[in-house]
Amino acid sequence: MTGARIAVLGDWDSVLAFQALGLPVFPAQSAEQARAVLHRLAREDYAVIYLTERLAADLERDIARYQDAPAPAILLIPGREGPLGMGMGKLRAAVERAVGVDILA
Amino acid sequence: MAVTVTTPTRMELARLKGRLRTAQRGHKLLKDKRDELLRRLLDTVGEVQALRGRVEEELMGIHGGFTMAAVLMGGPALEQALMYPTQRVTLHVTVQNIMGVHAPRYDLEIHTGDSGGLLPYGFAATSGELDDAVEALRGVFPAMMRLAEGEKTVQLISREIEKTRRRVNALEYVVIPNTQQAIRYISMKLEEAGRATITRLMKVKEMLLEQSVVHHKALDTQALERLREEE
Repeated sequence: MTGARIAVLGDWDSVLAFQALGLPVFPAQSAEQARAVLHRLAREDYAVIYLTERLAADLERDIARYQDAPAPAILLIPGREGPLGMGMGKLRAAVERAVGVDILA
Repeated sequence: MAVTVTTPTRMELARLKGRLRTAQRGHKLLKDKRDELLRRLLDTVGEVQALRGRVEEELMGIHGGFTMAAVLMGGPALEQALMYPTQRVTLHVTVQNIMGVHAPRYDLEIHTGDSGGLLPYGFAATSGELDDAVEALRGVFPAMMRLAEGEKTVQLISREIEKTRRRVNALEYVVIPNTQQAIRYISMKLEEAGRATITRLMKVKEMLLEQSVVHHKALDTQALERLREEE
């Protein structure tokens, strides 16, 4: 698979910056809106989706759906309000699943 | 543990012994696979964790820069400045095989526009903070791609470990003990059948012997009687 795309999904203030890099940005005001966009992007040829943590908080189950699939990779990034530790939390959960205990604490 | 219904025959015994050998070999292999995957996972997790810390920190700085720029320039002017990027990004995804786990590798291809400038806007209407923030974002972007790669790999490896661990446990605690028990059951049945056959043969031999003794005794008596009559 070549020629995949990268998307940035989040609240307007947080994603605006990524427009400068030439990435397609998808501003979303609400969780519902973000959910619809997320599933649409996943169906299209987006291989990496950057999602702000604050929106991700309401989309746990939607994100979990793509967790074990090879694509897309959904990466949580801190929005304007600062890191919420969710990205790290996901990493920890992955290790816990593999090892049986949380060894990163 | 319930004994599965097995017909106690030599054929079945040979089949079960073969199965046990396969299961034991598979168990050992899967255990090795699990251990190796775990080692890889822990390596990757360490890297990814450090990378995430760095990326988060830098992104916060960049957000700060953009906020500052928005304050200085006004929101609409900022939006306008960023509306037409000078570069386009395409992603090449290749798949890397880590012990059966298909981990993605992302390679970026950045197309820069004709104007050649790094910044998508003129300098007149924008503030210096914006330039710095865009520059910093450009700098951190490759790390963000590596982070995406790493986190996906961690997810995929951890799923594979979970699957492998289940298989190892199923073999260790179900398949292997069940097969061993069935093998014991059949060998005991076969030994029992063997003993039964021997006893039966001994009994038959005894009966035949008895019959022939009776028969010969009868013959002897007849012979004696004939002898007496002749005298």
